[in-house]
Amino acid sequence: MMTIVLWITGSILVAAAALAIVRIARGPSILERVLATDVLLVIIAAGLTIEMAVNKHTDNLIFVVLCCMIGFIGSVTVARYVTDRRNA
Amino acid sequence: MEPTLLDTIIDSVAAVFMIVGALMSLAAGIGMMRFPDLMSRMHAATKPQVFGLFLLLSALALELRSWNVVPVLILAWLLQLLTAPVSAHMVGRAGYRTKHMKKETLLVDELDAVVARAEGQGGDDPVC
Repeated sequence: MMTIVLWITGSILVAAAALAIVRIARGPSILERVLATDVLLVIIAAGLTIEMAVNKHTDNLIFVVLCCMIGFIGSVTVARYVTDRRNA
Repeated sequence: MEPTLLDTIIDSVAAVFMIVGALMSLAAGIGMMRFPDLMSRMHAATKPQVFGLFLLLSALALELRSWNVVPVLILAWLLQLLTAPVSAHMVGRAGYRTKHMKKETLLVDELDAVVARAEGQGGDDPVC
């Protein structure tokens, strides 16, 4: 049963990652790109979690925590330094 | 060891959690594509992700059947729960200031008067 679950969730996550990557490529602003990168990081964390659940080990748990941290630091940093160049 | 009925039930619950959690990520991806502007995409990027990660971490805890990993899983989820609103708030703030939004989709713009007043006083830092 777990093999079927792995295939289903894997295809769903690949589709979600593809949509997020299209949004990163299209833009239109850097804020949307950083938002889509955040989505992509959580999708990667989801993939790691599913792999751990199916194979019953905890090797990648630290990467799941790190994915959340990096997404947070990245989007806050970019959002802090984005300013309006049209008015400046 | 022969799997008992309880094992089968726990495995089935974990499988349902995993599939629904993956569907939440797909919902976030579809929302990124279909919503019209930054403000509405922000919702799609944060809310389903927090719930989906909660379901996936619960599935992991169910599959491992060990209390030792539960504190780490709670830490991972609390981290996501605390950081997602903060980053969405920062992105939304910067998006409002840089006018990456469709004003005509808003019903009420309560921030407009505050920003106008701050700019009138010669606010030197438009983002924060």
